[in-house]
Amino acid sequence: MSDPGEPSAADAPQRNESASVGWTGAVRRRAVAALPPDKLLPDTQPAYMASWIYVFGVLTVASLIVVLVTGGVLALEGPAWWHVSATGKYVNGLHLWSVELFMFFMVIHLWGKFFMAAWRGRRALTWVTGAVCFFASIGTAFTGYLVQQNFDSQWIAGQAKDGLNSVGIGAFFNVLDFGQMLMWHIVLLPFVLGLLTVWHILLVRRRGIVPPIGATGPADSTAATATAAPTSAPTPAPGEVL
Amino acid sequence: MTITGPLLSDSRALSAPVDLNGTGHYVHWGVIQLSVSNLVVIGVMVVVFVAALLLPFPGGRK
Repeated sequence: MSDPGEPSAADAPQRNESASVGWTGAVRRRAVAALPPDKLLPDTQPAYMASWIYVFGVLTVASLIVVLVTGGVLALEGPAWWHVSATGKYVNGLHLWSVELFMFFMVIHLWGKFFMAAWRGRRALTWVTGAVCFFASIGTAFTGYLVQQNFDSQWIAGQAKDGLNSVGIGAFFNVLDFGQMLMWHIVLLPFVLGLLTVWHILLVRRRGIVPPIGATGPADSTAATATAAPTSAPTPAPGEVL
Repeated sequence: MTITGPLLSDSRALSAPVDLNGTGHYVHWGVIQLSVSNLVVIGVMVVVFVAALLLPFPGGRK
């Protein structure tokens, strides 16, 4: 038996999606319009994606997940653990080798996308976020070498300070300041890298996987059908940035 | 001290195929200096890249 004071289904205001007000409604409308569920989590992909070169993006993300998990464990346990105990050394090794694989896969992913001119079809921002991810990863790896707390990290810091001082950034990016480098490595740069990676993946979902040069992607052909003037070309020319 | 017997064979089995103790080896092209280990990694990346382009992908979806 329903509560008399409870509004019935008939009394409920009809939800008018376009008329909903407030910032939450506006954000929801924009998010769903930009990334409808079938685009966010697609269950099919174009036939041209059946190539090994398309695998390296997800391999990079998989390596990054291992990097973040092992880095989190190292942060919780501390240097006395990762330098001394067998388990600590093992997790430290996992952190190093997952980073090696991460950079390895990311470089091959970058080569593949460069030679595919992956910025075609309004994918310029996808390319740019990926490239910035690459540079952020170099900075994160570099600060990681600096916080190993061994003679190797001291040597790297001693060498790097001269280079960084010579370009005038040593005053606020001081590689001899262990605390500052640790915070860059475990807080600031992982945050930036994580944010950029999520943005990059969402852009890939939104714009779709770039087709090989000469092929037409499903999203491209749909857009071309919807917007093409009678005299315009149905697909962008290879290499054209939209 | 010289290690002999099973310990030696175990350490050999677990050791890297290349002797990694000692100073590294470097190659030079003018101002460019590159360690051989990094050069090997770059070479492996090129090989994997070419293989990814040439090898057929199993069970390609439509």
